Amino acid sequence: MGMTLAEKILARAAGRSAVCAGELVTCTVDKIMATDITAPLTIEVFRRMGATRVADPEACILINDHFVPAKDIRSADFARAMREFAKEQGIRRYFEVGRSGICHVLVPEKGLVSPGELFVGADSHTCTAGALGAFATGVGSTDLAAAWALKELWFRVPPTLRVELRGSFGPHVTSKDAVLRLIGELGVEGARYQAIEFHGEALVTMPMHARLTLCNMAVEAGAKAGMIPCDDITAAYVTAHGGSVDRAVTPDADASYTAVLAIDVSALEPQVAEPFMPSNIRPVGDFRGLRVDQVFIGSCTNGYLEDLRAAAAILRGRKVADGVRLIVTPATQSIYLEAVREGIVADLVEAGAAVTTPTCGACLGGHMGVLGKDEVALATTNRNFRGRMGDLSARVYLANPAVAAATAVTGTITHPEELP
Amino acid sequence: MSEGEILRGRVWRFGDHVDTDVIIPVRYCNMFRKEELGPHAMAGADPEFASRIAPGDLIVAGTNFGCGSSRETAPVALLGAGVGAVVAASFGRIFFRNAVNVGLPIFESPEASAACQAGDRLVVDAARGVIRNETRGLSFPFAPYSAQVAEIIAAGGLVPYVRRRLGLPAEE
Ligand code: SF4
Repeated sequence: MGMTLAEKILARAAGRSAVCAGELVTCTVDKIMATDITAPLTIEVFRRMGATRVADPEACILINDHFVPAKDIRSADFARAMREFAKEQGIRRYFEVGRSGICHVLVPEKGLVSPGELFVGADSHTCTAGALGAFATGVGSTDLAAAWALKELWFRVPPTLRVELRGSFGPHVTSKDAVLRLIGELGVEGARYQAIEFHGEALVTMPMHARLTLCNMAVEAGAKAGMIPCDDITAAYVTAHGGSVDRAVTPDADASYTAVLAIDVSALEPQVAEPFMPSNIRPVGDFRGLRVDQVFIGSCTNGYLEDLRAAAAILRGRKVADGVRLIVTPATQSIYLEAVREGIVADLVEAGAAVTTPTCGACLGGHMGVLGKDEVALATTNRNFRGRMGDLSARVYLANPAVAAATAVTGTITHPEELP
Repeated sequence: MSEGEILRGRVWRFGDHVDTDVIIPVRYCNMFRKEELGPHAMAGADPEFASRIAPGDLIVAGTNFGCGSSRETAPVALLGAGVGAVVAASFGRIFFRNAVNVGLPIFESPEASAACQAGDRLVVDAARGVIRNETRGLSFPFAPYSAQVAEIIAAGGLVPYVRRRLGLPAEE
């Protein structure tokens, strides 16, 4: 019987000709990522394992992104632990503040993961890289330490849910809306333990950043991975960014799926997820007039150059409403630099936005945009759990960057086409 | 946890989709030792939780317990607070792996989850695969772990498992 994309990659990594869903396999992992927030615990576990050298320094990726630039003394010590470990272990792929970015955006940008590879990261949104045709999944620190020590990990081969994206996107509708809609249909555990494989003609109109946004939120439906088979768009992107398509694989035509779900994106309106779950979605129009205190544009979901462009197109010549704070965080240094060169940063600052250095910062309520008691925010991030961006009483609504920019202008949740 | 252990304690009841931001809010994630994290366990739902529970008490929750981020500090915080085990209708995938890897006993039983109320006395007999609610006189079987998970648990977690693979003696 044919294999899904997940099965093909796990079979290759397990040194087998075939595997099927439900099997437990031990795999060689190709790339292993940790960040400043997860590396220190991983290092401690690694030492407790009695390991002294990582099995393959070339497979290791260490990225400063969560609490950087250091938000407090403990965070500075966390970053130092990772920095010293990189040095001690001869890990070249260590990314320092000022030359870094949010890990899930930096990994594809630097060509660190390629189609067909097995990639684990100590961060739940590691599934983002599935957009490259890789099997990418989040693990905890102890798993990551084991991967450092042995370059292998056990996996249960996940069953795969096939999602067909049909039609083409209307104005102000993006892959963020498609994935919110999918999570709304599946619920936050609808794809638990499964891989989601995306297909359909809408993918043809989706550049890599939009695909990364799509796979980024697969975990919000509980999925182990969100994947897009490597096609021409993937191959062009990967080669341009220094990766390789040598290991690219595609699913077999007779692969078996747990279900096939179709979403017609032509019929889609911009979606908004209300507190406290990303699955609580309704069309943006249902929230018309809802007041916000803060708008945040950034994160590994929507901190891409194209997202900043969409926001700037709306904010150019307009002002952020009185009583509202707009915080914009480009996801990586190169996105930031390009946004400066294109005049996007000037447009945003002129409109009254606070533009920050690349960091996870506000997305996880870390720093640079933490919400206070009873505050309401609209964010382009991926999670609106209670307390996610600050105080437990704060409320976060999730949406795409154009809706975020329009909301910043009016101070209430707004469909961009309703702006005067 | 060793395999034959019997766990006993009072039930602390939580609902569905208890996510990792509830189990350990990110403001405490600039620490990672269980002693430091323990006092803040479940702070997203009940900041007094850690000071109110007795060592060995159990959390009983609904579906998808531990969904959300990959932070291993979540099961570590529960261990630090003295939580004896978590019984839930289902678990988030990464939380499940992390709990196994750090040695926090977790048991999946939708039936037990539905039937337990706060304050009930619970006994979990891992070897026999039975959860007993002594307050209500009810028993529930739970599915045994998969072979691979059982092997890691038998080794005492992933740390001893890797040490063995590296040809090293058990930790002091
Ligand atoms: S931007 Fe937010 S969701 Fe993405 S890795 Fe950082 S904290 Fe996690």
